[in-house]
Amino acid sequence: MIDVTKIKQDFPILSRQVNGKPLTYLDNAATSQKPKQVIEAIVNYYSQHNANVHRGIHTLGDEATRLYQQARQTVATFIGATDPNELLFVRNTTEAINLVMQTWGQAAIGKGDVILTTQMEHHSDMVPWQVLAKQKGATVLYVGVKEDGTLAMADYEAKLLQKPKLVAVVHVSNFLGVINPVAEMAEKAHKVGALMLVDAAQSVPHQKIDVQKLGVDFLAFSGHKMMGPMGIGGLWVKKEILATLPPFLYGGGMIDEVTFEGTTYTDVPDRFDAGTPNVAGAVGLAAAVDYLSALGMEAVAQHEKSLMTYALAKLTEIKGLHLFGPIDITQKSGVVAFSLDGIHAHDVAQILDREFGVAVRSGHHCVMPLHVAYGEPATTRASFYVYNDQADVDVLVEGIYAVQKKFG
Amino acid sequence: MDDIYQVNIIDHYKNPRHFGDLPDFTHKGRGANASCGDMVEMYVKLAGDTITDISFKGIGCALSTAAASMLLEKIKDPDFVPITSRTSTGRQKSMVKEIMAMGEKDMVEMMGIDVSPTRMKCVTLPLRALQDILKKNT
Repeated sequence: MIDVTKIKQDFPILSRQVNGKPLTYLDNAATSQKPKQVIEAIVNYYSQHNANVHRGIHTLGDEATRLYQQARQTVATFIGATDPNELLFVRNTTEAINLVMQTWGQAAIGKGDVILTTQMEHHSDMVPWQVLAKQKGATVLYVGVKEDGTLAMADYEAKLLQKPKLVAVVHVSNFLGVINPVAEMAEKAHKVGALMLVDAAQSVPHQKIDVQKLGVDFLAFSGHKMMGPMGIGGLWVKKEILATLPPFLYGGGMIDEVTFEGTTYTDVPDRFDAGTPNVAGAVGLAAAVDYLSALGMEAVAQHEKSLMTYALAKLTEIKGLHLFGPIDITQKSGVVAFSLDGIHAHDVAQILDREFGVAVRSGHHCVMPLHVAYGEPATTRASFYVYNDQADVDVLVEGIYAVQKKFG
Repeated sequence: MDDIYQVNIIDHYKNPRHFGDLPDFTHKGRGANASCGDMVEMYVKLAGDTITDISFKGIGCALSTAAASMLLEKIKDPDFVPITSRTSTGRQKSMVKEIMAMGEKDMVEMMGIDVSPTRMKCVTLPLRALQDILKKNT
């Protein structure tokens, strides 16, 4: 069981006030808050162990290198990787997907090829493929979204007949909150010879992920959305594929031997660690993973599910409020976007912040084409994490009624 | 912090002035804050260096809509003098030049509210759209 009162005490920021009100933080899909265990791990790293990794043979260099390797092991285990060397550290999900685009994509995609993605992708899993397709004379196809906010699986199967080289899909939509059946999709993708990339930015922080069970080829995620620091994330790549990838960035740390005539590169994962890596970030991310593991990801997911059930019941009672994404809780993660008749999302967010201390996101959440398709230039989004409770939902709902009254 | 959703802001949002088509416009333009989903279309009737009529259409938040409504009201008011033109040397030579010199301060004064950095792009959107038309056509 999740003890939210106890968990809240681990997050220093949650005890601050915003505009004279206690902070109600419901913008977790944008970034999560950090427990003191993560903050202290970073402070401790810089206070006690800071040195460059894989370089000096002095004690600090050795400690920093061990901490970095340990962090890779911790994070890799968390997502079910059997070998820590399949996990590359990157800045965030966006960089992870760009890495795949610049390495695998540059080599594998050619004229006339098809890349299959979906209409509900975050721009970070859409723009790189559009750019690559333009460079190579390839085509990007988009799987449609059904009226209930779920992916149109019949459309997916129809588009697989076009024999895509890559299927790139978001695991949990940061706008609709829908959980896509990526394991089933991966199996179908492989049948037509496509590789499968999953944008797991909204799933790794909120549910148990096992890359083996999902059966995917690339899995990208961000540390900052899972209680870790900003500037560190992960890209897991299936070992056989990773072995074939050329380097992403060139420089120190990723070389085997350099002569004036040329260079040979080290093995993975160091081949993808050009330049000084974000060691403190990796240490902080590992501390976040330890924190989440202690709670148990099943318990985290269950907590968010029951909170979302409560929120949906309250939100659907509000007249003039329109929800986006599925309301079937079995298909929904802790993300809920809505619009209010006659009131722009920015005004909703601003009043919630100023008068209620509630932090929500407003805008198109980097999912612009789908907002255009829905005819909604912007929506308001509340997204939960394990430190949110029913009282947070109550403040949100009270705030929404107040917004409507102000504009009434 | 002061409430930015003053009665007059809500009123301009719900009943925007000079909103709709301008049948005999000479120029039109469009401005958008893509990240917000705010979009404004401006219709202008230009005679030399003078705007003889103006209207707007579009969708946006309360601040961008009220800003457009208030801006157009001022532009149609012969007594309106922007902050940058309130110097000892007096008014600019032309209305177009005067509008081109306007900025954030004018919009904030017009709205009469404390505009935060994240909302500044909302209140300047209509001004930028209008200046864009004038820059291209005068």
